[in-house]
Amino acid sequence: MTALEKVEQSQLRKDLPAFRPGDTVRVHVKIKEGEKERIQVFEGVVIRLRRGSNHSTFTVRKLSFGQGVERIFPLHSPIIDKIEVVRPGRVRRAKLYYLRGLRGKAARIRGAQTGEQSRSASPNA
Amino acid sequence: MVDGILGKKLGMTQVFRENGDLLAATVLKAGPCVVIQRKTTAKDGYEAVQLALVEVPGPKHVNKALEGHFKKAGANPARFLREVRLTSGEESIKPGDKVLVDQFKVDQRVDVTGVSKGRGFAGFHKRHHFGGGAASHGSMFHRAPGSIGASAFPSRVLPGMKAAGHMGTDRVTVRNLRILQVLPEENALVVEGAVPGPDGGYVVVRKAKAPHP
Repeated sequence: MTALEKVEQSQLRKDLPAFRPGDTVRVHVKIKEGEKERIQVFEGVVIRLRRGSNHSTFTVRKLSFGQGVERIFPLHSPIIDKIEVVRPGRVRRAKLYYLRGLRGKAARIRGAQTGEQSRSASPNA
Repeated sequence: MVDGILGKKLGMTQVFRENGDLLAATVLKAGPCVVIQRKTTAKDGYEAVQLALVEVPGPKHVNKALEGHFKKAGANPARFLREVRLTSGEESIKPGDKVLVDQFKVDQRVDVTGVSKGRGFAGFHKRHHFGGGAASHGSMFHRAPGSIGASAFPSRVLPGMKAAGHMGTDRVTVRNLRILQVLPEENALVVEGAVPGPDGGYVVVRKAKAPHP
């Protein structure tokens, strides 16, 4: 292994759960406000996963007061406290950009139906 | 301790800081180096060491003159030889001594010298950042230089006029790069930002001349 690969691999986080596009995840983000640090949760559907060792990123989309909001996270960033997979979703493509044009019933993802019973299914799996 | 080391650019990547900031970083193979020759005030008029970057495999062919030069220091032939100036108080260094990367510390500032990537015969835009003309709306002036001077006076182009021409393969020094990581067992150095030259290009890493805090 070259030194370049070692530098990249040393930054990879192995404590994060595996997830895929279509999954609904809850990303706990560390936020620094002055001296204090708090956790903010961003919950939504993973619509994109860009793989590439230490520069992997993923995009989470959610609806906030009827307004679509997307946030791109560097997968191995230390600001991510933890990621919970809330609902695994079954989708047929890798990038779910088509969800941007859909809302409500049309934007549902199979295997990711809303409802409390699936929500409680093993968050740290 | 010598204030510099020879190295090779391995490539660029990115490094996370504790607070989540992402920094662009260059990974350099730095050393191990061997002192091949000692230049002294008495003999050469200045204090310096000639370093050789140890690489495996070494060069295929070395001419007799260089072979003898390496033999004198008791070192294997190397491809990359450069001089690094010595500051006073380091006179004890002698040929055959090793220079390793562990003399550098994290957060220290270094200057990195390399040979920039060749761009061939480059036009105004690339070489001198000229703006050029509009692409459309019938402008008829796209990538041309524009006026290069007046008319009957001076009746010539002034020396130093920016023009198209060869660009790159220049010796370039980037100053004040911060060291992000030192990997002694890998003989590697991670510095913040970019370093001149292609991946695999040779560089000289020196302690910063005018360190920025």
